[in-house]
Amino acid sequence: MTAAIEFQKVRLVAPHGKCLLDDISFAVEEGTTTAVLGRSGSGKTTLLRTVNRMAEPTSGDVVLRGKSVREADPVTLRRSIGYVIQETGLFPHMTVQRNVGLVLEAKGMPRRERMLRSQDLLNAVGLEARTFGKRYPHQLSGGQRQRVGLSRALAAEPKILLMDEPFGALDPLTRTEMQDMLRELLARMHRTVLLVTHDLNEALYLGDRVVLLHEGKLAADLQPEDFLRSRQPEVEAYVRAFHRGELSAAAEKRA
Amino acid sequence: MSEFLEQYGGQIFELTVEHLWLTGAAMLFATLIAVPLGMWLTRRPGWAKPVIGVANVLQTIPSLAMFGFLLPLPWLGERAARVAIVALTAYALLPILRNTYAGIRGIDPALVQVARAMGLTNVQRFLKVELPMAASLILAGLRTATVTCVGIATIAAAVGAGGLGELIFRGVASIDNELILAGAIPAALLALACDGVLGLLERRFRVPGYGSAA
Repeated sequence: MTAAIEFQKVRLVAPHGKCLLDDISFAVEEGTTTAVLGRSGSGKTTLLRTVNRMAEPTSGDVVLRGKSVREADPVTLRRSIGYVIQETGLFPHMTVQRNVGLVLEAKGMPRRERMLRSQDLLNAVGLEARTFGKRYPHQLSGGQRQRVGLSRALAAEPKILLMDEPFGALDPLTRTEMQDMLRELLARMHRTVLLVTHDLNEALYLGDRVVLLHEGKLAADLQPEDFLRSRQPEVEAYVRAFHRGELSAAAEKRA
Repeated sequence: MSEFLEQYGGQIFELTVEHLWLTGAAMLFATLIAVPLGMWLTRRPGWAKPVIGVANVLQTIPSLAMFGFLLPLPWLGERAARVAIVALTAYALLPILRNTYAGIRGIDPALVQVARAMGLTNVQRFLKVELPMAASLILAGLRTATVTCVGIATIAAAVGAGGLGELIFRGVASIDNELILAGAIPAALLALACDGVLGLLERRFRVPGYGSAA
């Protein structure tokens, strides 16, 4: 079976000479979620952007269902891939409904059809379309904005969803709500997801697999249950940093 | 007062229309030049400084001198209205150009990236995202330019282009304060009216909850 996304020796050197991605190879199976973990500057966002040709690899290739992205027209390719970023991604001058239907609008779908579709999508992410459709992004809470962003990404029924720290700007409780919503939605919709995050918890909760990037290199590619047990130094360091608060609180209790 | 209006009312009206026509034509040309040019500059930021610099220099030329420079030019100098419209256009360029450039450059780059990542074509990205988000600031530039031009257009009468300046110049020549006011008051009211209307338009296009335009 061909993978939904396959990175083949992807290498990307920035114009100023810094190597952002160094020989990255791994495959993402259809319908699974892969969490891409790593600290800031490790290249996770750049890796994500090679999938929809927002970034072009210097060498190597990204292959979607057996077809190189290089062969695809960027505009068509991008319309067929959902894209979610932190809450800044909604257009402030458009209503929620128009934001959701924007890809469909770009594709030339008639207005009525588009509106009905965005209403369905809003309802699917738990936002009452009649209440929220006519509002503007600034009138929503952070969590609501993120729901809108997600429904917008799903509008064109993409097989692949790229998510770049989608819940990064949210408080921990809202974030867990969003994670639950996303997990439930994905279980129903069967999409291939590449999720960039620096939150280990999120990676373990949502990922069928966890990939760790370290300074542009692929440091680990593991099942969530193996990730915590790994003795690999980069993985251990990440896990240790994650458990720091817990360990410190436990130590204080003992003292 | 009523006697005065009876004597000059018709003239004031005619000259106001003429004034509006000079300013309106200049604003139209200036907008047609400066808005596309400002947009183009956002794609070629290297050119921004020199081009905006030229517009800046145009702005510093004293208006009477500008009219004087243009008068001897062929074709242009044949009709006073042509001279006036070209001069006013030159003055209107800078505010429109600067605001168009700043308006588009000021858009959060993340939003422009998202528009691309969603698969909007360059034209769609421009029409659906960049232009509406910069509209309020562009209109603010248009407003500044219009108010300036309504003022400067009074000087166009010096080269015989007409407009409300004619009453002012005649008043000055004949030491007639009433006549000066007959030109100055409508000109001031015209400037205020333009300011008000364009201000409303500018607010209408302001993006809700996004920074503070102008």
